[in-house]
Amino acid sequence: MKILVTIKRVEDYESKIKVKPDGTWIVTDGVNYRANPFDEIAVEEALRLRDANMPSEVIAVSVGSELSVNEIRSALAMGADKGILVKQAGWVDSDAVARCLQKVIEREKPDLVLMGKQAVDVDDNVTGQLLAEYLGWGQATFASKHESLESAEEKAKKPGVKLAADKASVEVIREIDGGLETLSVKLPAIVTVDLRLNVPRYASLPNIMKAKKKPVEELDPKALGVDVTPKVKVLKVEPPPARAAGIKVPDVAALVQKLHSDAKVI
Amino acid sequence: MDFSLNDDQQRLIATARKFTKEKIIPVAQKLDEHGTFPSEICKEGWELGLMNGEVPQEYGGLGLSTLDHVLMQEEINFGCAGIGTTLAGNNLAAMPLILAGTEEQKKNYLGQLTDSCSFAAYACSEPDAGSDVAGMRTTVRKVGDEWILNGIKRWITNGAYANWYTTFARTGDATDRHKGITCFVVPRDLPGVSVGRKEDKLGQRASNTCDIIYEDVKLTKAHLVGAEGQGFKVAMKTFDRSRPWIAAGATGIMRRALEECTKYATERKAFGQAIGQFQAIQFMLADMAMKYEATRLLMLKAAWNIGQGKLDAIESAYAKAFGADSAMQVATDAVQIFGGYGYTKEYPVEKLMRDAKLLQIYEGTSQIQRMVIGRSLIAAASAGV
Ligand SMILES: Cc1cc2nc3c(=O)[nH]c(=O)nc-3n(C[C@H](O)[C@H](O)[C@H](O)COP(=O)(O)OP(=O)(O)OC[C@H]3O[C@@H](n4cnc5c(N)ncnc54)[C@H](O)[C@@H]3O)c2cc1C
Repeated sequence: MKILVTIKRVEDYESKIKVKPDGTWIVTDGVNYRANPFDEIAVEEALRLRDANMPSEVIAVSVGSELSVNEIRSALAMGADKGILVKQAGWVDSDAVARCLQKVIEREKPDLVLMGKQAVDVDDNVTGQLLAEYLGWGQATFASKHESLESAEEKAKKPGVKLAADKASVEVIREIDGGLETLSVKLPAIVTVDLRLNVPRYASLPNIMKAKKKPVEELDPKALGVDVTPKVKVLKVEPPPARAAGIKVPDVAALVQKLHSDAKVI
Repeated sequence: MDFSLNDDQQRLIATARKFTKEKIIPVAQKLDEHGTFPSEICKEGWELGLMNGEVPQEYGGLGLSTLDHVLMQEEINFGCAGIGTTLAGNNLAAMPLILAGTEEQKKNYLGQLTDSCSFAAYACSEPDAGSDVAGMRTTVRKVGDEWILNGIKRWITNGAYANWYTTFARTGDATDRHKGITCFVVPRDLPGVSVGRKEDKLGQRASNTCDIIYEDVKLTKAHLVGAEGQGFKVAMKTFDRSRPWIAAGATGIMRRALEECTKYATERKAFGQAIGQFQAIQFMLADMAMKYEATRLLMLKAAWNIGQGKLDAIESAYAKAFGADSAMQVATDAVQIFGGYGYTKEYPVEKLMRDAKLLQIYEGTSQIQRMVIGRSLIAAASAGV
């Protein structure tokens, strides 16, 4: 089974993010970068599926600047087999990413594409859906599972996305409002993953050392025939409103009074 | 001159840091309180490659440089020095074999460590001979082709869990002092090997420390590590390589103390302001930060030297002694900054203080490090270097 998994370089959510004074973007100086956490879940799922269905291969793909090779190496250090970087500096919108991925996929012909449901930087949640549309493939978004992240199945690193016995489809449990939905999707397909699908593994030291020797291929969007000119323009970035300081109330009566007249919750 | 860390080193640090945050810090206090051996953590750490770092790749290890190893150890010790000591123990037991063992011994004994999560221990100290290694009384008597081992080893890290012991014993006369010491690898399942009492310690309580007793243990040539009478040299060469690890224990403890203290100093109020606004507190924090940075540089330099093949006892001693003494001072100041809360188990700084104390004692006390340094300075001056 050939599995393609996407990984995006994003701002570390533990970094303090500040908006530029002119409101055009965020201040990137001093910000740490890391792999999109949802993508790490996708990598983990890809590795579990590979290991449960050998022989298989996992290819990690990123669209971004040359620095994105770092995140590809992170996926390789977790255990992915090889990497592909579609190198494009600067802002690339989700549609351009989907179009680049389409070309890579047409070339690599994977059986399954696993992606994070969204990237935590711009929270678009559209790339997987666009990609399925462009490829004319089936899709299942927000993959999750019944078992908890503390369950024995999780500890045994069992895949939550299950390959059918005839290897022609996968069964995906989706997170939907107020419950779970089970789908069967014909392969090849796009599956985007949600938070409760798995706990991504650590990059072990032996794997970190092996990752160096794994190949990472670089591709140019132009050579792939993709026009990456953004269709979406960022007009303005604003910080969330500052939270007002809390207040201290002298007694329960005052608290009830505040909850009733100010907060209007009782 | 280049202080930057390579890609692999940054990744290795990231893995060790994540493991420390998610697996060690949440349980450290409890393991310390009950003196519980961190079996689960070792198992997971072993899988990630956090246990046998310096074992060469030919024998299933990672063949990490001392530099890589200390970077990793700093992260673990940030979470718990007792667990740091436990995870490093195999490397200490393995080092004499790496340095002087036969191919057969390396394949067998180092292979055991890397085949599955298992332990080995370094058995040098005795009830009546710690600093004075040459004063050891454990003896090995030659009887035909065999040796008979008798004696007691004390304060042996991972002793109760080890499958084999790198043991130093006297093959010569007591008057031979260090020339009469020989190194052996002693499998635990040999008749006459037993584990004695477990120590109830001030700090690093999650690490296991106990007596190992040898009663008429029959050894053969297959157990001899290096040449007869070369044990003292092997022990000292091992320490030259392992002392930077203790400096890593120190940097881990100090970085933790600093992090806890800077946070607390901005939260705790006295006389109407955060205590971090008082210059007296700021000066203490500044001294802590300087000690951390200086230790880290000494540690990196000593480790780098080893990587360059320039094994230098004095460099390792600088890092070990300065690091251990600094960590003790920094951890004591951390308790001071926390005031009454610092003295209780509600906050993590009292454990840092208890844990740091061991750094000044094992692998050669701070006094012994100064002897190594002092003697080396005088020897160089006498030789006109
Ligand atoms: C938790 C723990 C784990 C340990 N793990 C191991 C292990 O795995 N393997 C192992 O072999 N050993 C281990 N040790 C033993 C440790 O290395 C010794 O305790 C240490 O070397 C000091 O020896 P000692 O306790 O006999 O003290 P002593 O040698 O009796 O020293 C007592 C005091 O006298 C000072 N002193 C001694 N000689 C001199 C001198 N010539 N000049 C000035 N001052 C001097 C010392 O610095 C110290 O302050 C461990 C110890 C502890 C506490």
